[in-house]
Amino acid sequence: MSDPAISATGTKKVTCREKGRFESDTVDYTASPLLDVRELKKHFPVRTKDLFRPARDFVRAVDGVSFFINPGETLALVGESGSGKSTTARLILRLLEPTAGEILFEGRSLGRLGPEMMRQARKQMQMIFQDPYASLNPRLTVEEIIAEPLQIFHVGSPVERSRKVSRLLDIVGLASRHAKRYPHEFSGGQRQRIGIARALALNPKLIIGDEPVSALDVSIQAQVLNLLKDLQEEFGLTYLFIAHDLSVVEFVSDRVAVMYLGIIVEMADKETLFRHPLHPYTQALLSAVPVPDPDCRRERIILPGDIPSPVNPPAGCRFHPRCQVCREVCRREAPVFREVKPGHYVACHIRGQGSEARGRKEEVGDGGQETVDGGGT
Amino acid sequence: MPQSFEKPAHGSGPPTLAGAGGQAVEPSAAELPVARDGFQTELTVSSPFTEFWKKFRKQKLAMAAAAFIILLLVIALIGPSIAPYRMDQPDYNNMLAGPSLQHLCGTDEFGRDIFSRILAGTRISLWVGLSSVAVGAVIGTILGLISGYYGKWVDAMIMRISDVLLAFPGILLAIGIIAILGPGLNNVIIAVAIFGIPIFARIVRSSTLALKSTVYVEAARSLGARNRRLIWKHIFPGTASTVIVYFTMRIGTAILTAASLSFLGLGAQPPTPEWGAMLSSGRDYLTQAPHVAFFPGMAIFLTVLAFNLFGDGLRDALDPKIKG
Repeated sequence: MSDPAISATGTKKVTCREKGRFESDTVDYTASPLLDVRELKKHFPVRTKDLFRPARDFVRAVDGVSFFINPGETLALVGESGSGKSTTARLILRLLEPTAGEILFEGRSLGRLGPEMMRQARKQMQMIFQDPYASLNPRLTVEEIIAEPLQIFHVGSPVERSRKVSRLLDIVGLASRHAKRYPHEFSGGQRQRIGIARALALNPKLIIGDEPVSALDVSIQAQVLNLLKDLQEEFGLTYLFIAHDLSVVEFVSDRVAVMYLGIIVEMADKETLFRHPLHPYTQALLSAVPVPDPDCRRERIILPGDIPSPVNPPAGCRFHPRCQVCREVCRREAPVFREVKPGHYVACHIRGQGSEARGRKEEVGDGGQETVDGGGT
Repeated sequence: MPQSFEKPAHGSGPPTLAGAGGQAVEPSAAELPVARDGFQTELTVSSPFTEFWKKFRKQKLAMAAAAFIILLLVIALIGPSIAPYRMDQPDYNNMLAGPSLQHLCGTDEFGRDIFSRILAGTRISLWVGLSSVAVGAVIGTILGLISGYYGKWVDAMIMRISDVLLAFPGILLAIGIIAILGPGLNNVIIAVAIFGIPIFARIVRSSTLALKSTVYVEAARSLGARNRRLIWKHIFPGTASTVIVYFTMRIGTAILTAASLSFLGLGAQPPTPEWGAMLSSGRDYLTQAPHVAFFPGMAIFLTVLAFNLFGDGLRDALDPKIKG
């Protein structure tokens, strides 16, 4: 209470005042996807003992992932550990080089950019990392950390930069007197705010959050999520939000894509996915979300076995060894990831028999818009 | 499933985190105390240096060593002017005289005051130690950073050459280099520096490998930082503490190596009051006048010990693993 700069409500006051200077682009919902990922693949070679023979086995961490994100929306990428979520994020920023596939950012293919062009493109897309303890250099002050992207791209003079840093600190709910401190003097939530300020410094269009709240306390999670939603509203940001916590996903996202063993098994707008999931894996995942009601007895779908090794993924449908509705065809043929209802994509032989409409539709239902109002203040 | 902070609203209206977050969102209740603590300690901002000093001050032995090194540096600067005698002034009435009030450490075979010669030799020994290690550290660090950061064939090449150099015992390599370059103090510096390069390259490479894969380096890359910036701004400062520790430790070894080479007649030549050379000429009178060899030997011993203890103290204060 005593320090309004730290509260999320204080954030709002400041950002409204500063809005004009930061908001370089207004969101255009009719535009084509901001980010369009097509058949993205990343195979890591497994090291062989034989020095002179190239690796024959590959970890198929990401094995043909396609999705798109429209400007101004939040796509959540969910899946269990090892399903390839974080690898996908790193591939989009080209922190890892894709094995195959295409990434279109505002219609431009990132894969074809040279190193310098790619560096310039990174201005437009920034990342928030999972662990706020590891993602900030312990030897730099907060000011140096947040000003780093500005320095890298030679934005403004040192004085202007430090002014911008204190504005960014205000925006994320920290005080400008924090600027001279070192990261170890802050709590996890505060550190994540520093990470968010750094990501905002260049006014990016796309922010990729790699489980940005999963390392935080539950009470702090809510604050940081609200901050992220406020910022989205203020600056028209587009989020790719990677998470494994479905309640976080439900709160923050407009659309959800579910990953399993390197592929996306289902993608739909949030309401559809949570109420009418089609893929058996999505159904099992949703049934595992705990309900804080001791009287509520739901039917939980317990999946048999473990997630298979991504070195030798099962033939046919990757989910078939654990699937309850598996049939003969699932063992033989990999299902096509297709649109069964407008905006609802599923990769399943059994449940995916809706309309045969293939390809993509740009416009996705405006589900999820109401939550923006619910979360903000 | 991981913890969830809110009832999942399965078909029960729009998800409302605002309700649950109501109390939590407003004053950042959980974070305030931390922030407040921070404000109270505003006066003692804990920069990395103050943190280091706090830890270093506690180590009595290292502090004493540091004081001794400072004393040595002062002597190196003003030594000859405070010495009681000129270092090359013979006194033929007092040859090989034992320690007395007149000659604190006695005199050598020409009646020169050993104490004055040791004071004058401090400058030479420190200069040889510091400059040779500095050259080795700078080149070694750069090679280590390149090797660790870029990897692949660059790494393989630099490391194999290092292995070759490290395969020689230090003194043998130095003798070999001097055999090529010819005897002399400057060549001793070059020889000791060359031997230091692979040592620094190796330790810097290993910390570079560790730092390269940290999330904050990845974060900086995702911001668009170029390789050069990543290396100098994010990786090098992380290796600096190890380099500083090895730097001090190596000074002792370098002084010892330089003294050994002079002892063997490959370094400083006789009239020069180099400690190793003094030791060498004292060797002939070891039975009649042991003090001629003893005092230069003590000077070498104490100096090397001081640098090693100082280095130990630095390591304990700087090592991130001990930091906790």
